[in-house]
Amino acid sequence: MQHRSFIYKVYDLYRDGFRHMRLGKTLWLIVLVKLFVIFVVLKLFFFPNFIGQHAKEGEEDAFVATQLLERE
Amino acid sequence: MQEILSTIDTGTIEWSRAQFALTAIYHWLFVPLTLGLAVIMGIMETCYYRTKDVFWRDVAKFWQRLFGINFAMGVATGIILEFEFGTNWSNYSWFVGDIFGAPLAIEGIVAFFMESTFVAVMFFGWKKVSAGFHLAATWLTGLGATISAWWILVANAWMQNPVGCEFNPDTMRNEMVSFADVALSPFAIDKFCHTVISAWIIGAVFTVAVSGWYLMKRREVPLAKVSLKIGAIVGIVASIGAALTGHHSAYSVAQVQPMKLAAMEALYNGGTDQSLTGIALINPFEQPDYANQEEPDLKIAAPYALSFLATNDLHGYVPGINDIIKGGYINAKGEVELSLDEKIERGKQAITALASYRQAKKDGADETSLASQLAIIKENMPYFGYGYIKSADQIVPFVPVNFYAFRVMVGMGCLLILFFAVILFFVYRKDITRAPKWLYLSAIVMVPLSYIASESGWLVAEFGRQPWTIQDMLPTWVSVSNLQSSSVMITFFIFLALFTTLLVVELSILFKQIKKGPEYEQV
Repeated sequence: MQHRSFIYKVYDLYRDGFRHMRLGKTLWLIVLVKLFVIFVVLKLFFFPNFIGQHAKEGEEDAFVATQLLERE
Repeated sequence: MQEILSTIDTGTIEWSRAQFALTAIYHWLFVPLTLGLAVIMGIMETCYYRTKDVFWRDVAKFWQRLFGINFAMGVATGIILEFEFGTNWSNYSWFVGDIFGAPLAIEGIVAFFMESTFVAVMFFGWKKVSAGFHLAATWLTGLGATISAWWILVANAWMQNPVGCEFNPDTMRNEMVSFADVALSPFAIDKFCHTVISAWIIGAVFTVAVSGWYLMKRREVPLAKVSLKIGAIVGIVASIGAALTGHHSAYSVAQVQPMKLAAMEALYNGGTDQSLTGIALINPFEQPDYANQEEPDLKIAAPYALSFLATNDLHGYVPGINDIIKGGYINAKGEVELSLDEKIERGKQAITALASYRQAKKDGADETSLASQLAIIKENMPYFGYGYIKSADQIVPFVPVNFYAFRVMVGMGCLLILFFAVILFFVYRKDITRAPKWLYLSAIVMVPLSYIASESGWLVAEFGRQPWTIQDMLPTWVSVSNLQSSSVMITFFIFLALFTTLLVVELSILFKQIKKGPEYEQV
């Protein structure tokens, strides 16, 4: 890869940047743990798509219509 | 089956509302500091670019480090709100999908690509890119965050004032007919300007507070001196800007959400020449008896000021809670306002016509009979939500929260103007490095107070919108999913634990870095 190419410069920016991080390493660890908790634990176990779970595929409008029209 | 579907557990509604409020309030702890510090660090680095003095580079890097901590803590906290739409508020989510989905998708794309790209250049690129490109990356990081805020606020503005859409009874969704009407609605523009400018205040207060702490400890005096000056200038400009945009926002609210304004003012009975309440005696824990009371007790008000705020006319007509329920007055659009009973009737017509349309379509009815139902739906759709209203008290927001939150916000706004003016007096006319200790301590105290003011603004916006998730079109108890309230309660406490942990971690890292101070590179 030519050392002056744009792609190399981008790669070099990130490589050097991550390599020399100090506080950044702690912050990245927190970010990754947070993203895991949000997208794996919370989303999978606590926040399903309610309509997707209760309505047949292609009949979501009928499900919502029933909810809206029957709700008091 | 009908019984299960027709009523919803009030616990589900209240826990769902509480959960959304909790997650939104926590999210809003991180966002304004991101937006505000983005301006501060941009100014610092601009000073470096112009002077080539490495002192400014090190000052900019210090504030960028604090920005980075807050940015890392806050990132993805907003995603949880979107999860809640799909699970707790599924009827709402489907009903608005095409309108809400586009701004939120754009927000996510902008946030992911623009902010994350330029924040990497900002942190990693000091020795890799030119000074000009680095400066641009710093400003573009802030701009990316601000553009993200734009789209979220467009979505929220649409909830308050649904425009640019048409309801499709076949898909049961509101469909966007004018992207410009949604993205550039006057309500959205007012909300964006006021919200972003108030975020700049948070950044400014934070900067002044950290700098004040350094001066109190007789540390980092050169950094503290320049940062305090820049923070105070940004702060006073933003505070005055917030007052002006706040006035405009209140005017917008008067046009499209008169009940919210009436609740903010505890205006039970309106009229012309209305005064703006400074303070009054309202029980903070219960809804006042607006139907029978003429006005709140011990009211101290500025004459004509509410009429001016709401109509730009000292003698303008401002409807109170009872006027909005009774109707019959000329509203902001110049039309005779329907009474609540008339709106309920039209809402019921819309619901009945929708049910008839869908049944007729299912039965294979011809286009002519479908067309008549469609016409009724279209004519009455703006009042769809009223079809679910059973009594007048359901459309009146909880007045005490609106009343006191509005006053906290405005009161703090005035105090902030005074505070920054005093700081600047010491900066320009005295010696800020030898100011009395109470000044530095007051700067530190201003941080939580400013956050309380900022969150109070959101309380006014969202409590004042009740009972609607979409103004006039969908109330909360119809928007919410038919979930067990216990499951919503469990996730409420999970979020409470998660966000409190995040906040404690952020504060401990921030305090540690502030105590550590800036790093001055060898030239």
